[in-house]
Amino acid sequence: MSFWQRHAIFEKNSIVLIIGILVVIAIGGLVEIVPLFYLKNTIEKVDGVRPYSPLELAGRNIYVREGCYLCHSQMIRPLRDEVERYGHYSLAVESMYDRPFQWGSKRTGPDLARVGGKYSDSWHRDHLRDPRSVVPGSVMPNYSFLENTDLDYQHIAADLKVQALLGVPYSPAMIENATKDVVTQATVDSADAADLAKRYPKVLARDFDGNPDRISEADALIAYLQLLGTQVDFKLYDDKANIR
Amino acid sequence: MANAPAPQKTMTLGEGGLALTMGGLALLTIVIAAKAYTSEYAFHAYLFSAASIAAVFAIINRYYSRPAEKPPLFIDGKPNYNMGPVKFSTVAAMIWGIAGFTVGLIIALQLAFPALNLDLPWTSFGRMRPLHTSAVIFAFGGNVLIATSFYVVQRTSRARLAGDLAPWFVVLGYNFFILIAGTGYLLGITQGKEYAEPEWYSDLWLTIVWVTYLLVFLATLWRRTEPHIYVANWFYLAFIVTIAVLHLGNNAAVPVSIFSPKSYIVWSGVQDAMVQWWYGHNAVGFFLTAGFLAIMYYFIPKRADRPVYSYRLSIIHFWSLIFLYIWAGPHHLHYTALPDWAQTLGMTFSIMLWMPSWGGMINGIMTLSGAWDKLRTDPVLRMMVVSVAFYGMSTFEGPMMSVKIVNSLSHYTDWTIGHVHSGALGWVGYISFGAIYCLVPWLWNKPLYSLKLVNWHFWLSTIGIVFYITAMWVSGILQGLMWRAYTDLGFLEYSFVETVEAMHPFYIIRALGGLLFLSGALLMAWNLWKTVNTAESAAPAGLALAPAE
Repeated sequence: MSFWQRHAIFEKNSIVLIIGILVVIAIGGLVEIVPLFYLKNTIEKVDGVRPYSPLELAGRNIYVREGCYLCHSQMIRPLRDEVERYGHYSLAVESMYDRPFQWGSKRTGPDLARVGGKYSDSWHRDHLRDPRSVVPGSVMPNYSFLENTDLDYQHIAADLKVQALLGVPYSPAMIENATKDVVTQATVDSADAADLAKRYPKVLARDFDGNPDRISEADALIAYLQLLGTQVDFKLYDDKANIR
Repeated sequence: MANAPAPQKTMTLGEGGLALTMGGLALLTIVIAAKAYTSEYAFHAYLFSAASIAAVFAIINRYYSRPAEKPPLFIDGKPNYNMGPVKFSTVAAMIWGIAGFTVGLIIALQLAFPALNLDLPWTSFGRMRPLHTSAVIFAFGGNVLIATSFYVVQRTSRARLAGDLAPWFVVLGYNFFILIAGTGYLLGITQGKEYAEPEWYSDLWLTIVWVTYLLVFLATLWRRTEPHIYVANWFYLAFIVTIAVLHLGNNAAVPVSIFSPKSYIVWSGVQDAMVQWWYGHNAVGFFLTAGFLAIMYYFIPKRADRPVYSYRLSIIHFWSLIFLYIWAGPHHLHYTALPDWAQTLGMTFSIMLWMPSWGGMINGIMTLSGAWDKLRTDPVLRMMVVSVAFYGMSTFEGPMMSVKIVNSLSHYTDWTIGHVHSGALGWVGYISFGAIYCLVPWLWNKPLYSLKLVNWHFWLSTIGIVFYITAMWVSGILQGLMWRAYTDLGFLEYSFVETVEAMHPFYIIRALGGLLFLSGALLMAWNLWKTVNTAESAAPAGLALAPAE
């Protein structure tokens, strides 16, 4: 029986054909995906990388909601020009708490992986309100509605709880204080600031959108942007630690 | 003379069960709407309840108006094909296609003229872009695939479509998914994964619809009166099964609450990136390639009236394509935090993928052996053959771009956008247009209104595609080079925004290309409208192949 005749079993039996398809498509995916859950350089832990505070998480959710990732990457490649333009190349650990990851695949605007601390809060505020007021050649849409919309954070504890379920180290205290922590982080000199910083080391707590009367979506988004890429201290990071 | 008793009309299990389920869904979604965390989610819950209630009425209405017996499988020895769902999906494809092309044109213009974002949340680029990609891939492409697969599986199996309500559940349920997904993007409901933006409840709904789709397709194959499963059906089956696997893997998420539209994906960071592009690249490989190759394997031989060029090549083509494609995902993640070995695997398999891709192209184009003259007289066939040529071009360009050193320049630039569109407009668009130009006359049994208009469509959109992809090549390579340009003193030569400003003329040319492509599709819609709405019936053969001159 020739090879071509043997193939008839797939052509005459739909279940055999389906099993054949499943086996053939399973191989590549398994080989490429499964090791990533075990290899050291994809699951390394580095000092300084902590879960998002509730306000930063809410900001990140706005970043996702508005589809920022469609024009901004968060992944600096180890290429000379990128490292000079944006900073140290991105590490896997820097997105370990990112659900979903937001590496992006198009740079209509610049990479944002290390935008934290590069610009002032008021620059971000102006830029979100009217990008062309600070960058005349920009083609970014105006996001003035963010500072005019109250942040909806009454259910943010539920968000933390689900993430804890998925393995993010949110402690019961973090979940319990989630809504309070949003207010604390968006307020200047809050009495609870020390408490917040204990839960989320090096957290930036201030009035990000320049309007102390309300906690707006701009507050959350700017808090998130100012955190991006600032967690790992590259003076202390040992890039040989995970080389085998 | 005894009166023959009229057959007793009873509600089938399917009718009763589906009506009850839909009724239950309506109640559940009303409760969800009342307790929803956000008004956008409440709106979606109400849409679900409205649609479920409409479904209940439709099922009952249909029950009262249908005859007592099931429709026969054969009439006078000929299969009694069920073409209603095929017609619905064909029309839906045309409508969604035009909507998707229009949104594409709008967002292209937004990049050239940002004032067009209108300062409103729901018209900003970040929300409109997923609307465009989903509308063209899943709404237009998906409906083309459902319509053609239901047509081809019946014809090549010489059997009536399996199921009574099930095929209607598939086409209506799928289009309802599109409605929920699309309105969701504009309202800011997205899980933020490219080409998998719909949130958990839309994903759940799609899973139910998709499993039904698989079952209808399989059960129709089981009814076949031919011993062999035709090659097009292998590709359809690989497409349906693999998309199900990818969909489940990439959308594994835990909702914040049943009253919240928000969910968090179970994978994070680098693992999520790999799963995402395992899904993303194989949405290209199995949705936009395997499915449309099935169309190629049925409609080109049929239209050219020639057998498939090589049966053995189609076997090699099938298995090697589906085996190799699944590995190619990591080429979307070159030079990222994904380990090097995975990137190298992705690149290697992407380059190998060139071979089955061109094998398939050769099989499609060489099917015209002995019928090349038809390219002069039949613009529909020409469209399909040019489509396969575009397929060859983008499946050469793709492996080239997956080479790491090329990718270091091309990634993050418009070159990728241009590459995608030579595949999407040229390959997927043209093979779909060709199939629809064949299907509408066959389904409605009318001759095509005007071949001249098809010719106009062909040339308008071909010029449009050329404008589009050349503009994106130039802008992509230009921007990639500007990003890495250094001055004599060793400083980066351009600020980022200077490279943005340099894109402006190309964005206008790209929008012009999109406008031409859209105009062609509008001509097509008009042509099909006139085809369906003429009184004249086609020759009984059903194959209306009038010469152009």
